[in-house]
Amino acid sequence: MKNIFKISYLTILLLLGTYQVNAAEKVELLKTDWSFKGLFGKFDRGSLQRGYQVYTEVCSSCHSMKYVSYRNLAEKGGPEFTIDQVKAIAANFDVIDGPNNDGEMFDRPAKLSDKFVKPYENVKAAQAANGGAYPPDMSVLAKARSGGVDYIYSVLLGYEDPPSGITLDDGVYYNKYMYGNNIKMAKPLSDNLIEYSDGTIASEEQMAKDVTTFLMWAAEPHLESRHKMGFKAILYIIILTILVYFSMKKVWSRIESEV
Amino acid sequence: MSNQEYVPKSKFGKWFNDRLPLLTLASHLADYPTPKNLNYWWTFGGILTFCLITQIVTGITLAMHYIAHADMAFESVEHIMRDVNYGWLIRYIHSNGASMFFLAVYIHIFRSLFYGSYKSPREIIWIIGIIIYLLMMASAFMGYVLPWGQMSFWGATVITNLFSAIPFVGEGIVNWLWGGYSVDNPTLTRFFTLHYLIPFLILGLVVLHIWALHVPGNNNPIGIDIKKPSKDTVPFHPYIVLKDGFALLMFMLVFAFFVFYSPNVLGHADNYIEANPMVTPAHIVPEWYLLPFYAILRSVPDKLMGVIAMLSAILILAALPWLDTSKIRSAVFRPLYKQFYWILVADVLILGYVGAMPAEGLYLLIARVATGYYFIHFLMILPILGFKEKTIPVPLSITEPVLGGSPNLATVKKKRV
Repeated sequence: MKNIFKISYLTILLLLGTYQVNAAEKVELLKTDWSFKGLFGKFDRGSLQRGYQVYTEVCSSCHSMKYVSYRNLAEKGGPEFTIDQVKAIAANFDVIDGPNNDGEMFDRPAKLSDKFVKPYENVKAAQAANGGAYPPDMSVLAKARSGGVDYIYSVLLGYEDPPSGITLDDGVYYNKYMYGNNIKMAKPLSDNLIEYSDGTIASEEQMAKDVTTFLMWAAEPHLESRHKMGFKAILYIIILTILVYFSMKKVWSRIESEV
Repeated sequence: MSNQEYVPKSKFGKWFNDRLPLLTLASHLADYPTPKNLNYWWTFGGILTFCLITQIVTGITLAMHYIAHADMAFESVEHIMRDVNYGWLIRYIHSNGASMFFLAVYIHIFRSLFYGSYKSPREIIWIIGIIIYLLMMASAFMGYVLPWGQMSFWGATVITNLFSAIPFVGEGIVNWLWGGYSVDNPTLTRFFTLHYLIPFLILGLVVLHIWALHVPGNNNPIGIDIKKPSKDTVPFHPYIVLKDGFALLMFMLVFAFFVFYSPNVLGHADNYIEANPMVTPAHIVPEWYLLPFYAILRSVPDKLMGVIAMLSAILILAALPWLDTSKIRSAVFRPLYKQFYWILVADVLILGYVGAMPAEGLYLLIARVATGYYFIHFLMILPILGFKEKTIPVPLSITEPVLGGSPNLATVKKKRV
């Protein structure tokens, strides 16, 4: 038994060691309470809905979210807007469809089944409009940065005046948490930038937290059912393990001198 | 291998068994005499079989939804994660399953090293095992390429580029592997094909691995030859089946924890960024299970020599039955080997650690020392130890140390988990 502990301890050390490689090179990230962490973690519905509002009113003018569909906004485990709300949201956007029977492409309002409409036609257009920097697609952003949600939250709140001695080019901003400290995105959030429809005070921190929560959901839309199923699965395995353990003890007791 | 010939009870059973002796095989597997002192380190064989089958079943399901095309692979993985029913579950089991598979195989290999399971008459089992391990690494590497994220693309670029170190024909071989002049769609489609093929080769080799095992039978913690069947053995069913089952469930607990609560912790965040040949990630790091070999590769300044060192580090294992000159199998009776064994374990863990670090300064120095020691262990310490070491007297049978009060009682008891 001692050896099992020894080995598992060493293995965990190794795994943690590799894990920390990514974390070690960065400054300490800002922390906040995420409702979706932990064994029973769930999204805060209000936060998701507000987060969608921040995304759509602030981020979506530059950042696409090409793997998320409007229908997802009404699905269980997400912001859970009503179907009618989502239909109204989708109808605000135009998509190009076609060709019709005359061979022409045409515009129509977006439907539930459409993916989020992109702000730019393609990567080149996005770069041209943003000083050469491509605003990354936000569908899986929360999983695509080491540090995850903490990192995104920190970057949103990490804008500062550059330390003396550092001069920045035009269109480049200083961010304490950004890799390399230079970011081409202007400070996106400020107090009361938007007016939350549920009346929550739109402080900078509140918006950062809400939109990051929304990004986590966008990246991991099945997180809630994963946590729920995980709890059941693990409970089931534990009970089965106990049963098998006692069966094993019983069967092995037939051997008189167990070695 | 049971003493009396198996005879099916039913008439149909007899008719069938005379034509295809599947029932005889089943009876052999159930009765297979197994040393009764096997500890939990021996349960990893069964766990590995479970891992392989899990990977094949989830893999085939994923292949029904995945599209092996450079423009669509990343999107199809997102489609699996979002829109396929329980697609996220299947994919997370598959991706974490690879890590669990390697965790189990490393324990299985190091168990063999501790108890000398590779020694005569089990050399063929061992060598088949090494081939399986090599195929596992190839398959895991190609599987990691399929999501076509940044780490997929650049990992594939770095690893395939290793072949360019071969003198004269290197460049040609790399272009041949790529199916072009860079890692691109042809590379992805062939990797997908091979990633689908290799697990079935592994499955075939696993059958040979078990077949070869059933000829001499299991080694055991005290490493002596035992009479089969005898008082020292128990039939595989129900004794070992239950014990393996219990250990497998414990293993599944860890597995489930990763799948449901930290599904991405063992992967690299960059792999959620779609492959972009124009942008190189800051650090290109392989998956954790390849890190020790990555460290060996980078510890040698010359590219070709680095590749040779890395390959030798794996292939040297195949020669192990002949490099280890000691007649005593179990480290329980080899006080010096036991210490060198733990040093080797630490050495490999250190290699894994520095493999994840940038290859510079102190890390590079540590990697070089650890690489050197790795080879010294196999090429010098093991051959010499067999002649110089004073071993502890080995008991005559498994029951003897318990009944006869041999001086090794304490040590043997400690090994029992």
